[in-house]
Amino acid sequence: MNPPAGPPMKAPHLSFFRQASTVAWKDLRSELRTKEALNASFAFALVILLLFSIAFEPTEDETRQISGGLLWLVFAFAGALILNRSFARELANDCLDALIAAPMSGAALFLGKTLANFVLLSAVEFVCLPVFGVLYNVSWTHQFWPLAGVIALGTWGLTVVGTVFSALTVNLRLRELMLPMLVYPILIPCLLAAMQLTGPLVLGDPYTAELSQMLRLLVAFDVIFSALSLALIETVMVR
Amino acid sequence: MRDKTIMVLSLLAAVMFAGNLAIILLVLPDEVSQGPIFRIIFFHVPVAWTAFVLFFAAMISSILFLVRKDFKYDSFAAAATEVGLAFGAANLLTGMIWGRIIWGIWWTWDARLTSMLVGWIIYAGYVMLRRAIEEPTERARMSAVVSILAFADVPIIFWSIKWWRTQHPQPVVYGGGFLSPGYWYMLFLNWIPILLLGVVLLLLRMRQEQTGREIDALRREVHAF
Amino acid sequence: MKPVEIAGVWKFYGDFPALRDITFDVEPGASMALLGRNGAGKTTLLRMLAGLSRPGRGTIRICGTDARDRMTRRSIGILGHGISLYEELSAIENLRLFARIYGVEDADAAASEWLERTGLEKVRDGLVREFSRGMRQRLAVARAFLHSPSVLLLDEPFTALDDRAIALLQSLLRDAIAEGRTVVLSTHQLREALELATHVALLVRGRLAYTGERTGEMLEDTGWLYRQYGEPQSVTA
Repeated sequence: MNPPAGPPMKAPHLSFFRQASTVAWKDLRSELRTKEALNASFAFALVILLLFSIAFEPTEDETRQISGGLLWLVFAFAGALILNRSFARELANDCLDALIAAPMSGAALFLGKTLANFVLLSAVEFVCLPVFGVLYNVSWTHQFWPLAGVIALGTWGLTVVGTVFSALTVNLRLRELMLPMLVYPILIPCLLAAMQLTGPLVLGDPYTAELSQMLRLLVAFDVIFSALSLALIETVMVR
Repeated sequence: MRDKTIMVLSLLAAVMFAGNLAIILLVLPDEVSQGPIFRIIFFHVPVAWTAFVLFFAAMISSILFLVRKDFKYDSFAAAATEVGLAFGAANLLTGMIWGRIIWGIWWTWDARLTSMLVGWIIYAGYVMLRRAIEEPTERARMSAVVSILAFADVPIIFWSIKWWRTQHPQPVVYGGGFLSPGYWYMLFLNWIPILLLGVVLLLLRMRQEQTGREIDALRREVHAF
Repeated sequence: MKPVEIAGVWKFYGDFPALRDITFDVEPGASMALLGRNGAGKTTLLRMLAGLSRPGRGTIRICGTDARDRMTRRSIGILGHGISLYEELSAIENLRLFARIYGVEDADAAASEWLERTGLEKVRDGLVREFSRGMRQRLAVARAFLHSPSVLLLDEPFTALDDRAIALLQSLLRDAIAEGRTVVLSTHQLREALELATHVALLVRGRLAYTGERTGEMLEDTGWLYRQYGEPQSVTA
């Protein structure tokens, strides 16, 4: 009746996580080869750090107070460049069509790309931190692991929302404009929480009960938007 | 039929407004600490409620569109969001006027006003997105997704900004809760015509959306072949 | 169970029907040429067969299950207008990637095998960015056939190919048809495409104007079908 279609239909090799990781590796390999988004992102982050110093000339003490806000502003703006590229890189040669037509769920494609963006943005952030420390003469390492944890949670929120909107805006002429316009206001709770948590960690302040509320907010934001994005991504991608 | 509905509702709203205005301006006494400007609350609060209801309705309609694929849900969602934006703007403006008169400053980063501002920007983005997508089915689909994500964020935004403001208190435009029952009654009474006005604007805007889609279809027909 | 079953399919852009009530089947082992002018709806229909978009009304079944079903997509191979390959990756990396995504058991072996079959084994580590047009086209063909699909969907495949790529594709398609695989290709009535076809379907303004066997008459006079059932033949077809 039907000719052999290679390995049996219920191929175990079509697993969700295998496909997601294939996509993630593909994105990472592509990006590491061209480094377009990474370089742009680093450069932009550096410029913001510089501009901020020129604009406000904060003292060391002042900088430590505002470090949470400053760092996350840098991360958010630098992140936009990486996120914008995320689905845009698939437009050349109609690669996006090939991925959507493949026996891969939209969720797997989305997760793969989100993971890749998460890794890329985290890389930018962890290079920014020492640069920030040097430029502003601020020591940020006393509570390194909690800080890394908070940065991870905040970055996940950024990348999840950013990736779903990257998919949404991919075909728009004004993509570079619309993506930040849509994403930043929605990210306000996530950024607020991340900023509020990062500041004390850099300052070395104690962890208060109010701050634990912010941590819960951050986790809740991540969970809610991860779930919603995974649920809605198929709708976004299939016309 | 719809024209008649619109006429009737508009008339009803106008009559109630007139009546309410009379009460608000003439009958009610001045509020103890804030003076005559306090009367603005009877518009400032209900328009916010109306905006919230409209954004919620837009989300429900967006979900229905994704499930049923009927464009009337998309028209409703788009119209509800735009009208909601108008009412949100009214809330922001009345809040700013109020703040200016009471505290002498235009903006105080009051928790509620700030949340409304954030929501307003998100939904303004929704409208911009709709303008940027030319094809009606894609436009409907994408804006439905944004509407759902946006409204899911609304409670989170409110909560987080409220937390933020309790950490760093600023002058508050409206303390909340310390109203006598008479004032609450008036608030709800004035909400009705405001809601009616919202419905009227919604129906008008919906009709515009549907006509726009018909024109788009005709244009495609002409250009395609 | 037929490889392709299209029933009552409509596609809307807003209120405008780009495809109206399309119904036809493709028998096992048949190869169907989808004909029509630009804008008639060929690409729209092919995209739905490929699972890239959903019909507004009606159903599309590939091998008995909905076209959008994941397992179904496993058995579909696609060659569209774009080559669907990543410029910054090498030939072998591209093929390995798609082999993995399509769940091919030994992705490396399949990728290597198809590089050989398309004459690209010497440039397996070369980046696609550096390939000539002909090489890219051959690699695209490799990607489409890599996972041994039982249904092949091709959108105007011969239009932008050079001689070597045309010969390769023709030979691969002939083999595929001989093996009993199903082929649906859209074409502007190019002879190369019609030669391979056993059946034709003509789309006119989004409607199905004709469907049936491909006759010798159609092959000799490629404008015949259009004159019979559709618009007057356009010079650029």
